[in-house]
Amino acid sequence: MTALVTIRDVDKGYVRGKQRVEVLKGLNLDVETGEFLALMGPSGSGKTTLLNLIGGLDKCDKGEVVVAGQRLDKLSSGQLAKWRARHVGFVFQFYNLLPVLSAERNVEVPLLLTKLSGKQRRQNVRAALELVGLGDRAKHKPAELSGGQQQRVGIARALVSDPTLLICDEPTGDLDRESSESVLQLLELLNRDHGKTVIMVTHDPRAAEHASSLLHVDKGVLSAEPLETAA
Amino acid sequence: MKYFILVWAGLWRRPLRTILTLLSIIVAFLLYGTLHGVTSSFDDAIDQMSDTRLRVQSRVNLIESLPIAYLPQIEALPGVDGVGYYQALVAYYQEPRNALQVGAVGLDGFLDVYPEIVVPEDQVEAMRRTRTGALVGRDLAEEWGWNIGDRVTLRSQVFTQADGSDVWDFDIAGIYEFDEAFGDFAAQEIYVHFDYFDEARIQNRGMVLLYFVKVGSVERAAAIGQRIDAMFENSRFATQTLNEKDWVRSQIQRIGNIDFFVNAIIGAVFFTLLFLTGNTMWQSVRERIPELAVLKTYGFGNATIVGLVAAESLLLCVSAAGIALAAAATFFPQIFRSMGIGGLPLPASVIALGLAIGVFVAIVSALPPAWLAQRLNVVDALARR
Repeated sequence: MTALVTIRDVDKGYVRGKQRVEVLKGLNLDVETGEFLALMGPSGSGKTTLLNLIGGLDKCDKGEVVVAGQRLDKLSSGQLAKWRARHVGFVFQFYNLLPVLSAERNVEVPLLLTKLSGKQRRQNVRAALELVGLGDRAKHKPAELSGGQQQRVGIARALVSDPTLLICDEPTGDLDRESSESVLQLLELLNRDHGKTVIMVTHDPRAAEHASSLLHVDKGVLSAEPLETAA
Repeated sequence: MKYFILVWAGLWRRPLRTILTLLSIIVAFLLYGTLHGVTSSFDDAIDQMSDTRLRVQSRVNLIESLPIAYLPQIEALPGVDGVGYYQALVAYYQEPRNALQVGAVGLDGFLDVYPEIVVPEDQVEAMRRTRTGALVGRDLAEEWGWNIGDRVTLRSQVFTQADGSDVWDFDIAGIYEFDEAFGDFAAQEIYVHFDYFDEARIQNRGMVLLYFVKVGSVERAAAIGQRIDAMFENSRFATQTLNEKDWVRSQIQRIGNIDFFVNAIIGAVFFTLLFLTGNTMWQSVRERIPELAVLKTYGFGNATIVGLVAAESLLLCVSAAGIALAAAATFFPQIFRSMGIGGLPLPASVIALGLAIGVFVAIVSALPPAWLAQRLNVVDALARR
C-alpha cells in the first residue's frame, strides 16, 4: 500500500487573544491509501487541528503535509479550495446541512463546482443517497429528518464527488447509540467496499473500534496508546 | 445558473424578512416611478404644446379679458396664419361639484388654430347651423352618456342671461376627439358659439379671455408675439403673448422647482433604502456563516462566495425594482389620463435609470456582507468561534 497522507515535522499553533498556543509540535504521520484511521484524544489535544491540516482547511506553520501526492503547505488558499473540491469529502459533527435545501440539493452542493451536467449531477446524487440508504428521503429537508438521517445525508454529500479521502470530525458526536452504530457501519462499508480512505476523529472508543487503525493525540503528540496507558 | 439554487435558498432562509425587505424596495421604487411619472408627464405636456401657436392674454392676470375688437388687428399682422378666441363660461352640470370646462369660441377660427381637434365634417356643419350648438369632448360625453342631439343644461357661476337666468341650454351638434399624433389628451371640454353666448350674457359683452394665434414658423413666433404686445401696450387692455410651450412651462414653474423636490424625496428614500437592504444582507450573511464555511470547506472559492452574496442582493433589489417599475408604468399613466393631464407611459429612460439604481443599491448593500464572507476563516467558523 502507498501512503495517501504523509506528515513530517509539522508545527502548528494559534494566537488566542494575546497568547500563542502551540497545538502540534514536530508531528509525523503516515496514512495508507484505503486505511480507516481513528484519532482519539482529549479536547484541545490537536485532533481537529491535525484533521484540518490533512483536509487542506488550514496550513501548518512548519513542516510538510503531503496528501494524494500534493504538498498542501505550498498551496495558496485558492489552490487549496480547488484541491479540496477534487480530493476530500468532509463529514461534520453537527451535519452542517443547508436548512432550506432538500436532502438531494444538499448532496448536490459539492457537484456544483464540477462541470457535470444537471442530469449527471442528479444521477450521482441519487446514487449517493441510495448508498447511504436514503433514496426515499431525497425531497425531505433537514428539519424533516432524524439526526442519524441528517448525518447520512452529510456522508452522501461527502462522497458524492467520489473523493479520495473522507475526513470525519466526530461524526457520531451528536447521535444516539443506535444511529451512531448505523453511521459507523456505513463509514466502514465505504472504506471496505468502496476503497475510501477514512480519517475519523472521535471521543468514543466504541466508534474507534470500527477503524482499521487507531492513534491517540495528546498535547500535539501522536501515539499508538493513550499517553497515561503508555506511561 | 447552477448556483441559482444556493442564491434562492439564501434569500428565503428568513421568508418574512425577505418579504418585508422586498415590499420596502417595491414601495421605494413605486414612489420613484410615480414621482418621475409626474415630472415626465409635465415634460411631455410641454413637449406636446405647440411653439407655433401663440397665446394672447391680459397682461394683468389670467382672468382679465381682452376686447373682441383686437381680432381684426391681430389677423392683419404679417406672418399670422389664423386667429381663434376663447371665453370661459365657468359652468357646471347639475351640481356645482360637476364643474365643466366650457369655452365660447369663434368656431372656424378656433378649429383652424387647433388642428388636433378632430370633428367629422358633417358635425362641424351641423354645429355651424345650430346657434345653441355644442361640440363635446368624447371622454366627457362618455362620462355623462351624452349623444349628438341631446340638450345639455348648464349653469354658469359667473354669466347670466338678460332675463337674469344663469341657466344655459346647449344642443350637442358634434363630438370631438384629439388627434393622437399631437399627444395623448383627454377630450373633456365643451365648445359653444361665442356669438350666441356673447349676445345672451349681460356681463362683459364684447370681451374674450384669450386669443390663439397661429404663426407660420417658430423663428417668427417670438417677433410676432412682441408685435402683438407692442400694438396694445398703451391701451387699457395691454396683452401678454407667449407661445403655448413657454406658457405651460411658466405655469409649471409657478408651482415650484418640481425636479428639485422630486429628486430630494427620491434621494432621501434611496439613501434610507440603502441602509435597509444593507442591514438585511448583513444579517442574512452573518447568520449563515457556518453554512458559508461548509461551502468553502467543499471548495467554493472566495470569488464564488462573493458572487453568491452579490447575486442574492441583486435578485432581491432588481426584482423588486422591476415589479415596482412595471406597476408604475402600467397604472400611473391611467391615473394621469383620468385627471386629464395625459396618459403617456413612463419614459424608457426613467425605467432604465430605476433599474440602474436597483443594481447600484444591490451592489452597495452587498459590499459589507461580501467582505465578511470573503474574509471568513473556515476553521474558526466550523469551530463556531
